[in-house]
Amino acid sequence: MSIGPVQETSPTFVGMPAFPEAAREALANTQQRQNLHNATHTIRAKRAAVVAEVDDWEALRVAGADAKDEALHHLGDYLEQVEESLTANGAIVHWARDAAEANRIVIDIARAKEVDEVVKVKSMATQEIELNEALEEAGISAWETDLAELIVQLFGDRPSHILVPAIHRNRTEIRDVFLREMARFGRPAPDDLTDDPARLAEAARLHLREKFLRAKVAVSGANFAIADTGTLVVVESEGNGRMCLTLPETLISVVGIEKVLPTWDDLGPMLQLLPRSSTGERMNPYTTMWSGVHDGDGPQEVHVILLDNGRSHVLADSVGRQALRCIRCSACLNVCPVYERTGGHAYGSVYPGPIGAVLNPQLRGTSSEVDASLPYASSLCGACFDACPVRINIPELLVELRGTVAEQGGHRAESAAMKAAAWVLSDPRRLAVAQKGATTAGKLIGKRTITKVPGLGAWTDARNLPTPPKETFRQWWAREHEEGGQR
Amino acid sequence: MLLDGGMTAAQPRTDLRVALFATCFNDTMWPETPKAVVRLLERLGVRVEFPMDQTCCGQMMTNTGYAGDAVPLVRHFVDVFEKYDAVVAPSGSCVGSVRDQHPMIAHLAGDPGLASEVEEVRPKVYELSEFLVDVLGVTDVGAWFPHRVTYHPTCHSLRMLRVGDRPLQLLRAVEGIDLVELPGAEECCGFGGTFAVKNADVSVAMGTDKAEHVAETGAEVLVAGDNSCLAHIGGILGRQRSGIRTMHLAEILASTKENPA
Amino acid sequence: MSPSTSAREEILARVRSATADITSEPRLIARSASGSLPSQLAERAISRAVGAEEGTLELFAENVADYRAAVVRVPAAEVGGAVVDALRSAGVQSVVTPTGLDQSWAEAVGAAFDVVTEAAATSAQQLDQVDAVVTGSAIGIATTGTIVLDHQPDQGRRELTLVPDTHVCVIRDDQVVHDVPEAVTRLRTAAGQQRPLTWVSGPSATSDIELQRVEGVHGPRTLVVIIAGTP
Repeated sequence: MSIGPVQETSPTFVGMPAFPEAAREALANTQQRQNLHNATHTIRAKRAAVVAEVDDWEALRVAGADAKDEALHHLGDYLEQVEESLTANGAIVHWARDAAEANRIVIDIARAKEVDEVVKVKSMATQEIELNEALEEAGISAWETDLAELIVQLFGDRPSHILVPAIHRNRTEIRDVFLREMARFGRPAPDDLTDDPARLAEAARLHLREKFLRAKVAVSGANFAIADTGTLVVVESEGNGRMCLTLPETLISVVGIEKVLPTWDDLGPMLQLLPRSSTGERMNPYTTMWSGVHDGDGPQEVHVILLDNGRSHVLADSVGRQALRCIRCSACLNVCPVYERTGGHAYGSVYPGPIGAVLNPQLRGTSSEVDASLPYASSLCGACFDACPVRINIPELLVELRGTVAEQGGHRAESAAMKAAAWVLSDPRRLAVAQKGATTAGKLIGKRTITKVPGLGAWTDARNLPTPPKETFRQWWAREHEEGGQR
Repeated sequence: MLLDGGMTAAQPRTDLRVALFATCFNDTMWPETPKAVVRLLERLGVRVEFPMDQTCCGQMMTNTGYAGDAVPLVRHFVDVFEKYDAVVAPSGSCVGSVRDQHPMIAHLAGDPGLASEVEEVRPKVYELSEFLVDVLGVTDVGAWFPHRVTYHPTCHSLRMLRVGDRPLQLLRAVEGIDLVELPGAEECCGFGGTFAVKNADVSVAMGTDKAEHVAETGAEVLVAGDNSCLAHIGGILGRQRSGIRTMHLAEILASTKENPA
Repeated sequence: MSPSTSAREEILARVRSATADITSEPRLIARSASGSLPSQLAERAISRAVGAEEGTLELFAENVADYRAAVVRVPAAEVGGAVVDALRSAGVQSVVTPTGLDQSWAEAVGAAFDVVTEAAATSAQQLDQVDAVVTGSAIGIATTGTIVLDHQPDQGRRELTLVPDTHVCVIRDDQVVHDVPEAVTRLRTAAGQQRPLTWVSGPSATSDIELQRVEGVHGPRTLVVIIAGTP
């Protein structure tokens, strides 16, 4: 038995602080908090409206979870099948154990094509493996073509949301960066550019069009890889995906092994679940499906890289593997009260929000500060589970991962406190003795308000503490029912 | 059976052997809540017992990552409560732990006997509003509370137990009450047990927004089905000297003209 | 053994050991067309669509328009004129037509605009100079306001409907289905026979800047859907 290794943390995120520290910094950024509040509440309302239009959303969720579970439970078989059908359709299939291997395959293909640039469709998998950085090092420019990714790239920034990566930037900031940076990479922004979103989109259209028309190689991910037909699916809005998937001669798609769907029919539920959960639309503007090479139409050399990078490690956990159902819709981010206030950067990964809080510690293990803190970055309010289109029980996974973190030690005081509490609480006599301490304090404090207790600063810095009562319920009951006889 | 839009209990359920699970937090910190449950249920003709051996559901250990330490508590819980027909608790969170987490803990303990006992006890454990509306079939409990009140549906009641509008049905039937809607009611208050301490900054940011919404309503009283969430929001309201009181649902439902809360 | 082969073997071994606890049989062997949940959903969608055709068409028109495409309903015989009208109001001068476009529509367009044929449009750069494209379509989906192109000869290569800024798309009313699963089922073809598919729901759009929806980034910014009555 050889369980796959965890993913190596990519250079960008090595040494990230624990979530609470990063969150504190994010909370102080009032502009970002306002942007996030507006954005998450807007998408929440849109999602709720289009979900309500569906007759039996719950049945769809079950069908979606079912299709993904089928693929994951028999992943070996379906991977072999998808490889076979893709190959039959004229695609070239590669396998990559980790980020370095996947990046090397892409670079080798780009070099064989003698290009110094590639155009890219927004892809979480290529962000995860930091492909752009690897290409840059190899002297190959990677142009992000999704508007938000372009914004992030021009800022030299990191995405903060799966779906709307520039959610933390407002229109004025975007105009300024277009005026400042576009000229360095190609067609400059028009001098009279305003911060009207339509004008900004137009500037991006013109800037990128020359790149689309020129590019020889494109890199994409895939939302789904259909095993029985050998079809890849990319779901998008702007048409940049279609440009990349259609115009260049060579297409390289980096596909996580968990993206496999068993059959073509599984697209039925998936194409209802994903757009409604993601952008809150009945359907996204554009979806492209291609099955290898299509004679005389689109790229005539099609590569597919099947990427592990920690996924097989997650798959080995019988509870944790449900996280691999994730279709990257970001509904959980948009409903999460924690994400809404901290934004994505505090999660120290390309996968932020509730799904990031369970996926990162599973993909990367819990040895780093940030990964060990992520399972606690939730109030367990359950809004994410309710919103998840493939029924990932994120609160359950968070609790399980807390167990993993607690088990690895290093929390001696907490562990001792929990053991002591369990010892007290497993016996009513011990509990009664312990309660005497509280009621004694209650008698001493009387009606005064508790605003500060040494060692409880995390609570009392902003919250008063409840005053303990002079008598517990148990003492009252005993007094009423046993000393005082039957009522 | 329908009276003023609400249901009143037709028959006192003397056939049921009902236990009160006070929960360890309420027992120790907020005894007025379980006392109110006793008063309320007795008023409705239910004889409620308080098994003195009861302790804790183990949620704190489980949610902090020490589910193993919760095993003896789960064992103790089923031992104490298995002989009752119904167990009532004034806490959505603790009932949620019994329903959602106890099976997982029994599984973790690798004890099929415990697992089957858990399966037997689990469906008999009710959060207060569920017990009143579903078991007793009552929404008008004959309460009197002439104050402006807003209700916060705590996350575990809302999304684990799915109590729906049961608490609101009960509150709407209270005589004299001025019940006002809480904006953003379904959003978490930020308590989250261990979260309130481990991520105190985010927790307080969430609680502050919740407190602002509460203040917007102009309510005198914030009511909820969980004292832990109320302690968090109330702690912030108190620090802000807002003058808004927090009360458990049970205490409002127990309040009468003769014995007002 | 090439490095790639060993990566393949290693990943498959990891995956198989990770799922060693699974005892069920994979569906790929046992599955029949009617046995799975998605197909049941599809069947339900199909049965619901039957007898509700006018409602389905209305819903389709409503949802296409809701995503800010222009919608025109005409009898089959008037499609050519409607196409010309749509192109005129979009203010275009040059139009590319796919090889298999309906003869009468092609003639109507040819009489009014500069036409570039699919065969003559050999590069994307060339298409970038063309204002509009006129195509047929494969399937329409009412609940989502979606048109699916399967790039048969009446729709042309994918780049034809991507690079020009205006797309006039004709769909026959018997091509409109009620819901997504039915479309998926109908679009399934035999293994090895797959066509590329483009699902289009309204014109290209982005909400990346402060979540304000802007129509038109890279794909056609004007989309006109002409629903043709059955002849």
